[in-house]
Amino acid sequence: MKSVCFYFQIHQPYRVKNYRVFDIGNDAEYFNDRGEGNLNNRRIVQKVAQKSYIPATKLLIELLKRHPEMRVSFSFSGVALEQLEQYVPEVIGLFKELVNTGRVEILGETYYHSLAFFYSPSEFERQVGKHRETIRRLFGVWPRVFRNTELSYRNDLGEWADKNGYAGVLAEGWDPILGWRSPNYVYKPKGSQNARLLLKNYRLSDDVAFRFSSRSWSEWPLTAEKFAQWLGVAEGDVVNLFMDYETFGEHQWEDTGIFHFLEKLPEELAKNPGIDFKTPSEVIASYDARDEVDMPHAVTWADTDRDLTAWTGNPMQRAALEAIYELEEKILLANDLKLLEDWRRLQTSDHFYYMCTKWFNDGDVHAYFSPYESPYDAHIAYMNALQDLKLRLDKRAG
Amino acid sequence: MKTRVLMFGWEFPPHNSGGLGVACQGLTRAMAARGIDIIFVMPKKLDVNASWARFVFADTELETRVVNSTLKPYVTGNGYARALHDIGIYGRDLLSEVRRYALLGGQIAKEEQFDVIYAHDWLSFGAGVEAKRVSGKPLIVHVHATEFDRCGGPLGVNKDVYDIEKEGMEAADRVIAVSQYTKDIITRHYGIPDWKIKVIHNGIDEATQPHGAASRLRLSSLKASGYSIVLFLGRITLQKGPDYFLRAAKSVLMRDPKVVFLLSGSGDMERQMMDLAAQLGISDRVLFTGFLSGSDRHEVYAAADLFIMPSVSEPFGITALEAMKTGAPVLVSKQSGVAEAVKHALKVDFWDVDEMTNKILGVVRHKGLRQSLSENGRREVANLTWEDAAGKVENVLQETLLSGVQ
Repeated sequence: MKSVCFYFQIHQPYRVKNYRVFDIGNDAEYFNDRGEGNLNNRRIVQKVAQKSYIPATKLLIELLKRHPEMRVSFSFSGVALEQLEQYVPEVIGLFKELVNTGRVEILGETYYHSLAFFYSPSEFERQVGKHRETIRRLFGVWPRVFRNTELSYRNDLGEWADKNGYAGVLAEGWDPILGWRSPNYVYKPKGSQNARLLLKNYRLSDDVAFRFSSRSWSEWPLTAEKFAQWLGVAEGDVVNLFMDYETFGEHQWEDTGIFHFLEKLPEELAKNPGIDFKTPSEVIASYDARDEVDMPHAVTWADTDRDLTAWTGNPMQRAALEAIYELEEKILLANDLKLLEDWRRLQTSDHFYYMCTKWFNDGDVHAYFSPYESPYDAHIAYMNALQDLKLRLDKRAG
Repeated sequence: MKTRVLMFGWEFPPHNSGGLGVACQGLTRAMAARGIDIIFVMPKKLDVNASWARFVFADTELETRVVNSTLKPYVTGNGYARALHDIGIYGRDLLSEVRRYALLGGQIAKEEQFDVIYAHDWLSFGAGVEAKRVSGKPLIVHVHATEFDRCGGPLGVNKDVYDIEKEGMEAADRVIAVSQYTKDIITRHYGIPDWKIKVIHNGIDEATQPHGAASRLRLSSLKASGYSIVLFLGRITLQKGPDYFLRAAKSVLMRDPKVVFLLSGSGDMERQMMDLAAQLGISDRVLFTGFLSGSDRHEVYAAADLFIMPSVSEPFGITALEAMKTGAPVLVSKQSGVAEAVKHALKVDFWDVDEMTNKILGVVRHKGLRQSLSENGRREVANLTWEDAAGKVENVLQETLLSGVQ
C-alpha cells in the first residue's frame, strides 16, 4: 500500500499599513489600513475567502462525503484564524464542519506564524501554546504533528517536538539533504526518539501549486487522471503533497480548472487499489522510519535556496528581526496586553519576507506576494511602527 | 565593412556641465570598442578664427572635428546672450548660432565619408538634419531631454526650441529615447509614432565614473561628529527640483537635527535656493558646494548617507547611477527615467515632501536600510553598462541601414 498525504497551509498576516514617520507617537494602530490596496487586511482576507477558502472548503466537505477513504490535513496560523473569525466567520464554520468528519487532521504551529524558534525559544513555546489552545477551542482537538513557519526545520526542532510529545514534524524534502534518498518515506529526525519526519515531495506538490496553469510547462494541462498516474508510479510509502491552501482559487484561479482537478483527483486515485489517503499521524503510525535525517542548518520550503534567506538574507531583515526580538524582556515585564499583542503581530514572518531583495532569480514570487511598492518601503513602514511600539513601551515602563 | 557614423555630440567630462557630456563619452567609447567608426563633431569656442579643426584626442582615440561655435548644452536664450561678449563669426542670438552650426554640419557632411548620421539633443539636431539633406544618409537622433523636461512641464515651453526638436525627430529615420518616460513625452507631445522610437537606457562604467581620493571638502569630520549627509547633485534649476529638496530638509530637521543637506551644482536658481534655506531657517544645515567634478564629486557621493534626485521631470538621471556605483543609497523622483531602470532605489513623487521626509528619516535612522540599498544598488548598476547601451544602439544602426536599402 502507498499513501497520499495532503497538508494545506492557511495563513494571513496582519500587514503593517504605510505607517509613516509622522505617525510615530500619534497612532498606535499599525494594522488597520482601510484603503483599496493590498495592505487592507480585512479586504484581503475577505477576498481570499471568497476566491479560495469558501469554495475549496465546500468542495472538500462534499468530497469527504463522496469518498469515505479520503483524508486531508491543515495547518492554520492563529492570526489567520483570528482574522477569519472577525471578517468572514462563515469560513470558521466550514472548517469546523471539515474537522468534525474525523478525517481531517489539524497540525500545530506558532500562533503568530513567526520565526521565534530561531530567535527566542521561550517566546516560541508561548506562541505554540497559544496556538494549541486556539485549535482546542475552535475545533476540539489537540495538534499531534508539528509544522514550523514556512516549513522551516532544523535538528533541534525535531528534538523539541520529540521532547514535547509530538508524533512528528513536517519538513521540506530537499535533495542536498536527502542525497540519494527519496522524500517518499518516513524518517527519523536526528537526535529524537519517537518523533518522525515527513518530507514534502516538492516536485509533485509544485506541479499542482506552481505549475498547474503554466502553459509553457510541457505537462500542461495537468489532469487529475495524469496526476493520479504519477502518484501511482511514485516509489516509496507515502507521497507528501504540501501546499498553501490558496493554491485553490487564489494562486491558481478558478478558470484554470483547479477546482475541477481537485474534485476529480479522489475518483482517479480510487481506481488504483494500491493507493490510499492518510493524515500525517496515520502515516507515522503506519510506516516505519527508513533512515535518520540530519539537518543541522535550517531548511524551508522557500524559493530555490530552501533556507531562511528570504527572511533573513539582507541587512534590513536582520536589523528588523534583531530589533523586534530584543524587546522581549521589556515587553513581558510591561504586562500590557495590547503592547504584547502588537509586538507579537510584528513577529509574523511575512513582514521580513516583504523586505526580501533577492529579486533577480526567484524575485517574481516575492514581488507577487508583497503588498508594498518595494522591500525598502516595507522596511520603513515596519521600523516606524516598531519605533512607536518602543515609545509606548518606554512610556509604560517609565 | 565597418559602419562609419558622423556624430554630432558634446564635450566630455571634465569640460561638461551635465549628464549629456557623460553620456556622449560613455556611449562613443563603447561604440568604438564594438568596432564602429565615429567621426565625432562637437562645438567649442576656438581661439583661432577658423570654422573648425580636426583633433584626435588621445584619451578617446576618436576622430574629432571641433566646430568653432559657442553652443553649450543646457544653454538658454538669455544665457547665450549674456555669455556672448564679442559676436565675431558667431550667431547674434542662440537660434542664429544653432542655424549657423547646422550649416557647418552640412559642410562637414560634404567632406566626410560615412554611412549614418547621429545627433545628440536639440542643439545639434539642425546639424543632423542638414547633414542628412546634403548627404542623403539616414539620421538617428538621440533624445536625452526635451523642452518639456527643461521647463518642468508644458507651461513655458519655448516654441522655437520645440519646433527644432520636432523637426529633428520627424526628419530622423529613428529616434532613441533615454527612457520610456521620455518616449512617452515624445509620442504625446511631439506626435512621433511609437514604432520609430527605441528606448535605450544610459549606462555607467569605470571610465565615466567620477573617482579620486581627495578630502578637500572635509566631510569626514562632519560625519565623525554624528551628522548624516543628504546630497543633492545637479544643476540648480527648476527641472531638478531643488526647492522640494529644501522643503524636505526643513521637515526632516524638525525631527532630527543631526542631518546636513548638501546642494552641489550651479544654476539659475542658486541664489533663490540660498534665500529659501534662510527663509526656512535651516541655513546652518544646508551647504552649497558649487559645481563639483572629478574627485570632489566622488567625495560627496562617497560621504552621502543618501543621494536625492527630486527632479520635476528627468529624462534619465545619470547622477543616480553614479551615486549607486559609489555605494550611496539613492532616492529618485518617480518622474524620472532612472526610476524605471533601477529597482534598488527609493522612489517618490517629486511633489510629495511628506513621503520624501519619511524616506529620508528611514534611511538616516536605519543602518540596515542604508546597507541594503547600498549593497544591492552597487550590484544592480554593475549591470547597467554603456557596453550594453552601445550594443542596442548598434542594433538600431543596423536596422536603419538595412531599411535604407530599398
